[in-house]
Amino acid sequence: MLKFVGRRVLWLIPVMLGAIFIVFAINAIDPGDPVSALLGGSYTQEQYDDKKIELGLDKPFIVRYAGYVKDIVTDGDFGTSYTTKRPVSTELVERFGVTFKVAVISILIAIVLGLPFGIISAVKQYSIADNAVTIISLVFASMPGFWLALMLMLAFALNIKIFPASGIEGWKSWVLPCLASGLSFIATITRMTRSSMLDVVRQDYIRTARAKGLDERTVIVKHGVRNALIPIITTIGFQFGILVSGSVIVETIFSLPGLGTLMMTAINNRDYPVIEGCVIIMAALICVINLLVDLVYGFVDPQIMEQMKGSKKARRARHKTMGAHAL
Amino acid sequence: MSLLEVKDLTIHYLTDDGDVSAVNGISFSMEKGDTLGLVGETGAGKSTTALGIMRLVPNPPGKILRGEILFDEEDLLAKPEAEMRKIRGNKISMIFQDPMTALNPVMRVDEQVAEVVKRHSGLNKSDSLRRALDMLQTVGIPPERGGDYPHQFSGGMKQRVVIAIALACTPQLLIADEPTTALDVTIQAQVLDMMNDLKQEFGTSMILITHDLGIVAETCDKVAIMYAGKIVEYGSLRDIFKQTAHPYTIGLFNSLPPASSDVKRLKPIPGLMPDPTDLPTGCSFHPRCPFCQELCTEKAPEDKIISPGHSIRCHFYQELKEKRPVAEVGK
Ligand SMILES: Nc1ncnc2c1ncn2[C@@H]1O[C@H](COP(=O)(O)OP(=O)(O)OP(=O)(O)O)[C@@H](O)[C@H]1O
Ligand SMILES: [Mg+2]
Repeated sequence: MLKFVGRRVLWLIPVMLGAIFIVFAINAIDPGDPVSALLGGSYTQEQYDDKKIELGLDKPFIVRYAGYVKDIVTDGDFGTSYTTKRPVSTELVERFGVTFKVAVISILIAIVLGLPFGIISAVKQYSIADNAVTIISLVFASMPGFWLALMLMLAFALNIKIFPASGIEGWKSWVLPCLASGLSFIATITRMTRSSMLDVVRQDYIRTARAKGLDERTVIVKHGVRNALIPIITTIGFQFGILVSGSVIVETIFSLPGLGTLMMTAINNRDYPVIEGCVIIMAALICVINLLVDLVYGFVDPQIMEQMKGSKKARRARHKTMGAHAL
Repeated sequence: MSLLEVKDLTIHYLTDDGDVSAVNGISFSMEKGDTLGLVGETGAGKSTTALGIMRLVPNPPGKILRGEILFDEEDLLAKPEAEMRKIRGNKISMIFQDPMTALNPVMRVDEQVAEVVKRHSGLNKSDSLRRALDMLQTVGIPPERGGDYPHQFSGGMKQRVVIAIALACTPQLLIADEPTTALDVTIQAQVLDMMNDLKQEFGTSMILITHDLGIVAETCDKVAIMYAGKIVEYGSLRDIFKQTAHPYTIGLFNSLPPASSDVKRLKPIPGLMPDPTDLPTGCSFHPRCPFCQELCTEKAPEDKIISPGHSIRCHFYQELKEKRPVAEVGK
């Protein structure tokens, strides 16, 4: 188990190096010029060259890349923002919380609502409840996030003024952004849960559970749901990535000081160190989520757990029963 | 007093492609301690009958249209679902056709056995688990494998676990739906022997569903031959094997590889099972019956008792009696 996690964490290194390389490369071939952007309208050639040296942009690409990686690894130093002159790491820490909070709340809402909706929908297939859930989730799943965000703002911040339209002033400010990013996610989880459960309730072991005389709730919750979880967990992990990378839209619409808006501003100002920092944090977050998803798989499915452990005992047991496995 | 008495049980599947007449008014009864063999080709309605007795016919599309199932004098079909749950797994248990898929893949096998014990015995969790491990031991699974998951077991071992679940509460009636078809031949014999022993030990009555007449000969006291949702012949093992009366049963015996004689070629029954959404008029077997007469195409034969405990559905059993079949499989 530890070996599995260790191996996966080691894998993060080349992935992150790759991610950094790509943002670095994109910034390097970007036709925009951060030096002139910083100096504003008028400047002499001398000023320009000084600034360039100050920013370290005179050095060749590979040297900059190596130096950047080294600073991150040794000092956790992501460089200094061209515009605010503050360390990028400080800005990232400040902004990360907002994005993470929106993502986590959206996901929790989606799980708490989507899972039961999906289960009910599957257990009572073709009932009125099922049809209602299916139609509503189809509507939300096919709504573009930014449009939903604007509509929510229009309805609940401008027409009925119960929630603020922008900024952060207490818990109320989180409601609309979380709804905007969470609603379509509820729909996605509901639909995934429904189809996964529909598949599971037809399985023979569910019939076995009924033949034991268990009540329907136990049959569905204890025997059904856990078996239906794998594709649902995959969806959750996948959606988390979408939420983080999609934070740009929701945060911009609701003017939240998160990673998304930080990155947008940085892109407009050609503030390379900040852009790079944002991308790295997002990439790292998504890698960690994927790792968590894989670990959760193991807890849900003993067969996957066994592969993760790859322990001697498991291998021996597998060897013993090999004949029974078509795989 | 009969342990189980099924009267006029009729079960249909109402599907988009039509109304599947899976079980069409079957009646039979079983005494305590009996082993009844329910024999028939694929699609005859054997599993549906079994699910009907458990009241586990998937609905939709399945529907029990008519009939009575008297178990210990009480009609199971009239019981509320909550009462029925107390019977399932407790007084009536079922072993399903395919052991490979019958166990929950994400639950330890000892917990799967303990669950049914806890449900019906009122024991607490740890006592149930202890009882489950005993039960696993009884079916030949060492207790230290109890913490394993189904994928770590072979097919034969899985079937043993399934049997342990079915027998954990010492049911009065065990319905075994082709318990050995998915297993290879050597293991088949082991599992059957074990089931027989346990049945004796616990005094359980059994309905054994199979299409293997050899297994029937070894295990059953009574035999019901099913065809297209009807019991076409019913009798003691001796009646069926030595006094075979129905043309379909005769056909079944003729299609068996003979154990002793030097006949090289089998004689399978010509034709196929009729389409259950559109059963033939008259006797369902008439299109395949070598003795078919005009009457057979028009009128469905009634159940006739031809000797005590031996009944058949055929218009011409008298005439057939003269042409005794060469049934040599038997005790
Ligand atoms: N869920 C279902 N929906 C529709 N039709 C079904 C369903 N289950 C069974 N049937 C039909 O009912 C008929 C009887 O099926 P059943 O499973 O009882 O046969 P069986 O005698 O057990 O056959 P086998 O030996 O193959 O197990 C078949 O024609 C089958 O196609
Ligand atoms: Mg069957």
